[in-house]
Amino acid sequence: MKLKDIIKVLDAEVLCGEHLLEREVETGFGCDLMSEMLAFANSHTLLITSLTNEHVIHTAEIMDAVGVVFVGGKRPAKEIIRKAELNNIPLLSTPFLMFKCCGLLFVNGLKGCMRDATQ
Amino acid sequence: MYEGRYSMNRPDKESESKPQLKLEFKIGEKDFSVAGDAASKVKKTLQQLGLKPEAVRNIAIIVYEAVMNVIIHANYGQLKVIIVPDKVVVLTEDTGMGIPDIELAMKEGYSTAPLEIREMGFGAGMGLPNIKQCSHKLNIKSQVGVGTVLEAIVYLSSKN
Ligand SMILES: Nc1ncnc2c1ncn2[C@@H]1O[C@H](COP(=O)(O)OP(=O)(O)OP(=O)(O)O)[C@@H](O)[C@H]1O
Ligand SMILES: [Mg+2]
Repeated sequence: MKLKDIIKVLDAEVLCGEHLLEREVETGFGCDLMSEMLAFANSHTLLITSLTNEHVIHTAEIMDAVGVVFVGGKRPAKEIIRKAELNNIPLLSTPFLMFKCCGLLFVNGLKGCMRDATQ
Repeated sequence: MYEGRYSMNRPDKESESKPQLKLEFKIGEKDFSVAGDAASKVKKTLQQLGLKPEAVRNIAIIVYEAVMNVIIHANYGQLKVIIVPDKVVVLTEDTGMGIPDIELAMKEGYSTAPLEIREMGFGAGMGLPNIKQCSHKLNIKSQVGVGTVLEAIVYLSSKN
């Protein structure tokens, strides 16, 4: 799936990175803990979170996330969106809450991360 | 805002083959943005040097988690990242409360982070285990009431 398809599935608003929506997304990782994202998420994953602080952007940058989806209609402050823009990290905001958001992505073909806790 | 100081030492022909690059950052009290800034700067530098993506990512994770620990659990300190041809050394030194039981601190899920820190998305108790996972060698020395020194080494073989 491409980011532009995900926008349709999630009825999402694009906060930044309009020019990066052709990016291919294979896996998703839904979490509100930075260290878990860094421990378990693959590179080139879509991060799904309800946190909107700058640490999410740093974490996304470190793990080369293809983008970040904020659930529950949340959106980070302007300067945080700017930071993501500078680092080429597309940000989306969906009105759906975490469970529904992940469920919709899953039934539309997005996989969970390979690198799970049992490995 | 702290900028990483950047120094390239090439004193003579002998060391020409062993360029050493050192990045240094001060970690101020409660300066939450320094972890992300340092990780980002280190990542970009390593990418420019042509390190493999896997090594770059591992080192960025080590930097981020180690610096975050200083900010969250200690008072202040510094970060040094030393890049030599065959390895990268990440070193944090802090002044702070120290770690009474390092073995316990290394356990996945163990965290003493307070509620307001957890609300920011930290305190999973995964930072030190992440650092261990991402490095080939990890040394932690700590003295209660004084501070902690963490040294993580990533070797750069042909495969990373
Ligand atoms: N520099 C330090 N100074 C004092 N205590 C530390 C330091 N680093 C780690 N610790 C102690 O070790 C514990 C475990 O650290 P670890 O990084 O694994 O988890 P965390 O920081 O609590 O949460 P997370 O890293 O997942 O956000 C901490 O909760 C803290 O008690
Ligand atoms: Mg930590």
